[in-house]
Amino acid sequence: MSALEVEHLTKRFGSLVAVHDISLTVEPGELRAVIGPNGAGKTTLFNLVSGFFAPSAGSILFDGADITGVPAHRRVGLGMARTFQITEIFPELTVFENIRIVAEVAAGYRLRPWLNRSEKAELRGRIDETLALAALSGKADRVVGELAHGDQRVAEIAMALALKPNLLLLDEPTAGMGDQETYEITQLIRRLHKAGKLTIILIEHDMRVVFHLADRITVLDQGRLLAEGTPQEIAANAAVQTAYLGQAA
Amino acid sequence: MTADQRKHLAVLAAIWAALLFAPYWMPFFGGYTALGSRVLVLGLGAMSVNFLLGFTGVLSFGHAAWFGLGAYACGLTLKHIALSTPLGLLAGTLVGGVAGALLGALLVRRRGIYFAMVTIAFGQVFYYIAFQWLSLTGGDDGLRGFARQPLDFGLFQIDLLHNDIYFYYFVLFCFAVAVGLMAFILGSPFGRTMIAIRENERRARFLGIPVELHIWIAFALSCFFMAFAGSLYALVNNFADPRMLHYSLSGDFVIMAVMGGMRTFWGPLLGAIVFVVLQDYISSVTVNWMSFIGLLIVLIVLFFPRGFLGMLRPRRTA
Repeated sequence: MSALEVEHLTKRFGSLVAVHDISLTVEPGELRAVIGPNGAGKTTLFNLVSGFFAPSAGSILFDGADITGVPAHRRVGLGMARTFQITEIFPELTVFENIRIVAEVAAGYRLRPWLNRSEKAELRGRIDETLALAALSGKADRVVGELAHGDQRVAEIAMALALKPNLLLLDEPTAGMGDQETYEITQLIRRLHKAGKLTIILIEHDMRVVFHLADRITVLDQGRLLAEGTPQEIAANAAVQTAYLGQAA
Repeated sequence: MTADQRKHLAVLAAIWAALLFAPYWMPFFGGYTALGSRVLVLGLGAMSVNFLLGFTGVLSFGHAAWFGLGAYACGLTLKHIALSTPLGLLAGTLVGGVAGALLGALLVRRRGIYFAMVTIAFGQVFYYIAFQWLSLTGGDDGLRGFARQPLDFGLFQIDLLHNDIYFYYFVLFCFAVAVGLMAFILGSPFGRTMIAIRENERRARFLGIPVELHIWIAFALSCFFMAFAGSLYALVNNFADPRMLHYSLSGDFVIMAVMGGMRTFWGPLLGAIVFVVLQDYISSVTVNWMSFIGLLIVLIVLFFPRGFLGMLRPRRTA
């Protein structure tokens, strides 16, 4: 059974077709990169998969079950977590508090007036584990909004991890980062992928990151699926080169 | 225990000690016990508004509606149904709180200025009902003919009506219960979802928090606290009038919260102390007391945008 199956997915905004009849299948444990020029429909595809938008046509299967009509917050409960192109965190809270909110919601405690001792201990373990996995333990008491940009992105990924997802959607995790930060976040994603048997779908512009990490690459152009294959296949694909470099190349 | 926790405990102890001994130190500064009771009740109102404003990030400009409904329901209960102070408080809290919870369900999809506008409109509806329904509410003259009753413990009674100090301690007890409950809720997993919604609603939604439901619960809780404060206010004055429902009072509560520091737990109480005490002193000198309060607000917004307590503690959330 595939981790994610997208079938003939289409999204129209008025006369603009942002995503046009896209089908793709991601296997469990796969690390898939989605690339394409600006406006190719990558983030719209993420918004459809995570439930932020309802598709105009087509269906989405997650772990074999049709989730096309399932609202975003319930997809989280099914094991799907995402990060955003623009960092979405709770800026005035500490790293620890950010992760704690996520962990409590994920554990189903969001309406609870209190937690008993064993629930608290279990939660604490989960938070510490997440902090360690993201290498944020040393910054747990820092206010997230005051961290460096790269650390804020890492904190956001850690928040997604605290949901214990099976499928993690990362929207341009290295956006706006310098070389060193990009390297560190690439290492982090690789480590998460290896450690957690996690299925990851990654939107990324930095080709070094894409070719370093991805098992398979999906290329979108103007809302359509242009190509799909291993990094080697994509690197050799003439249509992809045209889309990226223009006709003359 | 960390240094932070020790400091926190010391501050808490100082606040409660100051409140506990208020009837004995206030006279040295020209205060009097009844003023202390008023400050506590209005402070509880400001804290209730701030429960929503400062911790969920939702601005209600009509919270006086639940305050006034509580006051009327408490007064009417004492006047027509039962001569019992606790029963009056219970009735006031339930009527105001349930009304707030029901109307709040219609509000939770609105945000920002639209939310504030609709809350004002709801508040004004209750204001005009109280103003017009002479036979029940006494209209513009207000509701008279009731008084707080002694607390009856079987073996002995506590006279709340004639002894201001007993009444102050009764109000302080009620205040402590309500504020303790508020702090408890804010420290719970549910309270942390409120703060998450304030910090980043989009993020909160994507974590799997049904934001509308949580805002509604926070709104309803805040209405119950507000109605409880309103019921106490009816007892403070032995009187209820339509101005307790009016949006200008809602505005006063918001001003108290903003002045004191809306991201802090105790800020609104400090705001209420400054507001009520200034009003009391200045209004004995000039009828234009509001212009002085206005000037103070301008200064605070310009120089202490986070309020009094917000300045002392640039960052702390719960």
